[in-house]
Amino acid sequence: MAASSQTEITPVRFGVVVFPGSNCDADSYHAVSTFAGAEPRYLWHKDTHLDGLDCVILPGGFSYGDYLRCGAIARFSPIMKAVRRFAEDGGLVIGICNGFQILLEAGMLPGAMLQNRGLKFICKLVNLRVESNRTPFTGAYETGQVIRLPVAHHEGNYYIGEAGMRELEENNQIIVRYCDEDGAITPKANPNGSLANIAGICNRERNVFGVMPHPERVCDEIIGGADGRGVFESIIGAVAGAGEQADPSSLRSSG
Amino acid sequence: MSATSQKPEYELLGLKSHEYDAICEKLGRKPNYVELAVFSLMWSEHCGYKHSRKLLRKLPTQGELILQGPGENAGIIDIGAGQAIAMKIESHNHPSAIEPFQGAATGIGGIVRDIFAMGARPIANLDPLHFGSLQKARQRFLLDGVVSGVASYGNCMGIPTVGGEIHVEDAYEGNCLVNVMCVGLVDQDKILRARAEGPGNLVLLIGSTTGRDGIGGASVLASAEFDETAEEKRPTVQVGDPFMEKKLLEACLEMRDDGLLVALQDLGAAGISSSASEMASRGGVGIDIDISRVPLREAGMEPFEIMISESQERMLAIVTPEMKDAALAVCEKWDLDATEVGQVTDSGHFRVFQGREMIADMPVAALVDDAPAYVVEAVRPAHLAAEPLPEDHYEAPADLNGVLTDLLRSPNICSKHWVYQQYDHMVQTNNALWPGADAAVLRIKGRQSGVALVTDGNGRRCFLDPRRGARAVVAEAARNLSCAGARPVAITNCLNFGNPEKGEIYYQFQEAVEGMAEACLALETPVTGGNVSFYNESFGQAIYPNPVIGMMGIIEDVRLIGTPHFRDEGDVIMLVGGARPAVDGSEYQKIIFGEVAGRIPDVDLERERRLQLLAREAILEGIAKSAHDVSDGGLACCLAESAIIGGKGAEVDISGVWPGGRPDILIFGEAPGLVVLTMEEKNLEYFGQLALDFPTRIIGRVGGRRMVIRMNGEDRVNIPLSGADRAWRTALETMMEGR
Repeated sequence: MAASSQTEITPVRFGVVVFPGSNCDADSYHAVSTFAGAEPRYLWHKDTHLDGLDCVILPGGFSYGDYLRCGAIARFSPIMKAVRRFAEDGGLVIGICNGFQILLEAGMLPGAMLQNRGLKFICKLVNLRVESNRTPFTGAYETGQVIRLPVAHHEGNYYIGEAGMRELEENNQIIVRYCDEDGAITPKANPNGSLANIAGICNRERNVFGVMPHPERVCDEIIGGADGRGVFESIIGAVAGAGEQADPSSLRSSG
Repeated sequence: MSATSQKPEYELLGLKSHEYDAICEKLGRKPNYVELAVFSLMWSEHCGYKHSRKLLRKLPTQGELILQGPGENAGIIDIGAGQAIAMKIESHNHPSAIEPFQGAATGIGGIVRDIFAMGARPIANLDPLHFGSLQKARQRFLLDGVVSGVASYGNCMGIPTVGGEIHVEDAYEGNCLVNVMCVGLVDQDKILRARAEGPGNLVLLIGSTTGRDGIGGASVLASAEFDETAEEKRPTVQVGDPFMEKKLLEACLEMRDDGLLVALQDLGAAGISSSASEMASRGGVGIDIDISRVPLREAGMEPFEIMISESQERMLAIVTPEMKDAALAVCEKWDLDATEVGQVTDSGHFRVFQGREMIADMPVAALVDDAPAYVVEAVRPAHLAAEPLPEDHYEAPADLNGVLTDLLRSPNICSKHWVYQQYDHMVQTNNALWPGADAAVLRIKGRQSGVALVTDGNGRRCFLDPRRGARAVVAEAARNLSCAGARPVAITNCLNFGNPEKGEIYYQFQEAVEGMAEACLALETPVTGGNVSFYNESFGQAIYPNPVIGMMGIIEDVRLIGTPHFRDEGDVIMLVGGARPAVDGSEYQKIIFGEVAGRIPDVDLERERRLQLLAREAILEGIAKSAHDVSDGGLACCLAESAIIGGKGAEVDISGVWPGGRPDILIFGEAPGLVVLTMEEKNLEYFGQLALDFPTRIIGRVGGRRMVIRMNGEDRVNIPLSGADRAWRTALETMMEGR
């Protein structure tokens, strides 16, 4: 992806939303900052504009305490209106963990989260199979590739009705599933009981991605792995690549 | 004081008659009820350290890296490059025994506030927990509730829980121990202190409203034994709100960054009373508080209730009048209540107003410094043995394979993943080592160096010999850090004991403190603060004396750290250190023979220093491919753990390592001062040059799919690794989930 132009390349601009109670905002910011072609900045939950951004990250955490359903309050925050508009205009939005839950609550992705099958918070490394690399978030992986990312959640048990499931499958919207070391999708490899081992999905337009595991936590071998870097590389590649081919607005309108 | 048929007020508040007389003397008059309530808490064991203060002076607290020793909300240690670590450990035993979820959760909340009160961002929690036998439903309920409480609060705050311990002993059945440690990172030029300064400066109360929850928690719960009324004390346990605390944390650190704070202090035990008076005491000033300004959770609260409420998630900040508006603006940004409730004065008195009316006037020094200090006549407990058990005290079991699996299944030894997977142990993305190793290692972003953290406590050994036990605890913590490649630099301690008014308990406390002091001096790990938890008794039965410590070490290069697991087939297994395992006080003794008896071996502190130095050198020189401390379950369990985590078996022969001796005791017995290293054959010579005359011995090689330990030509242990793995890995979840 590294676009090696002689002229100065405009960095890909990431906005990391900070809700009160977000706690992976700094980790996402830090992960982005380790990429030469990327530039992170924080967005406050009361902001209403996302000017000049290429990608918005809704980070993990416990937005507004999540004492109600996870993400149920965050969807009403001022910035979510702007995030929705941004996505409708073709901007890239990735929701990680609590961010995924918020996207579901906001109706920007289909389905809902239940409590984990074991009714306990679970934090550990899991294997994921990349089901599609045809998204701006997974382009740097091979389809079928097995990667290792950590999960850390209490409500990651994804559920969707039959019709919705059919639609996800028909449109190739299931992006990552929990699997074993060899890539087999088994009940045992499923940490939380999610339907069809779903760990991450995108919208029909493929510019909004929700994922329970945390790519930002494995971007450096010194802390136990770098499999998450592919997600950020993909985004940077998608944005920069689109910029080379045409002006960025075409990416936005074409989706 | 005239005695009436009813108990006098002071006695109902837990004060003794001579303490009441002393208060009258300090005031020059009788205290009114508000004053009496405040004094009763400030002079409670929990706040006033009445039975511990004199002995605690024996602990070493100085060191060239110590920027802040005991006396503040947390200790602070220099880690170079203008940065520092703040750390502290505390107990929340009594609340957790009454209501495990909220008891543990608010324990986390309290210790985290202590850390950000120093201006530090919390980067890790560690939680040593002690329960009674998990065969009992009540104990499983407590463990489950405590772990859920820790997870709920810590996970929400975004602070990784990176370490701790689970110990199970019958002695904790009526009184579990929930100790909580928090560690923070701070730039040295941003350290805050809880020292009220500058008469005319304003006092802001930030965070939650003040309610009736936790009235008298410190005095009622933490300063008396449990009996059949314990259930009635449930309302004295507070309820935590981690979301509020997360906002409080961010707001306080933002005010710190903007230079808006003169001082910061959390509200813990005894609420506003202790926070305000301790801040005034440290600054040598007075303080006025107007309780009519305190935002209340419910109507009709009495003045004394407002003064001693232990409602959670509150901080007291001192700001200059010029900075007040800016500070309030930061709080508003985070949707936090912040109210000016008083000011700093030069009176040297803590004065409480209700509007214009002064309702209490107490000299700060009397409250904070003048609590009575007691020395109790120490009585050596009758159960302490002068000599170790004779070697033939127990008949050797025929089947040592069965012994090994039984030990690997013991909750004190088995894998704790059922616990730590409920904790978010990865958030903040600093873990260079994940749970399950001898210590937690965190990188410092932007630097090559890192810090290593560990907690350690062993009540059983301290019960058999409190002095030796405490020495061993410090030595083991330092050995754990050394096995991760870290240089131990400081400790924080949580001293859990029974009722100190009893001579035998006081003896245990005195011996343990002295033993800890000896080891901390020898290993150059001064004490930076901590907490004393007395009255851990129920129905007159005390817990094991249990000085728990949290220790920090410095890692120069996070790429060079030690890990416990075996790496490659053919690597040489080396036993380092000269200690001789004994059955006394071991897990082997308890699990197999059902006893806790004898006299534990003492740690040779000079040898310990050399052992740890050698282990660190071997790691830093890149020779040691694994390093693991021989501890609970002895050499066999040490080897088994390394084999299981590494997925590689081992063949070991210990013939002649120790002169004479019974195989079962040498294989499963315990003694402080042993480490197992593995290395490639080609590095043996270099290792020999590092070790010089220090006792080292090749005992075998990594490889195969079995765990084999031979002695004198016979396989004493020979089991498939898969069986050992299953026993170790599934024991706790089988116990807890009934699978």
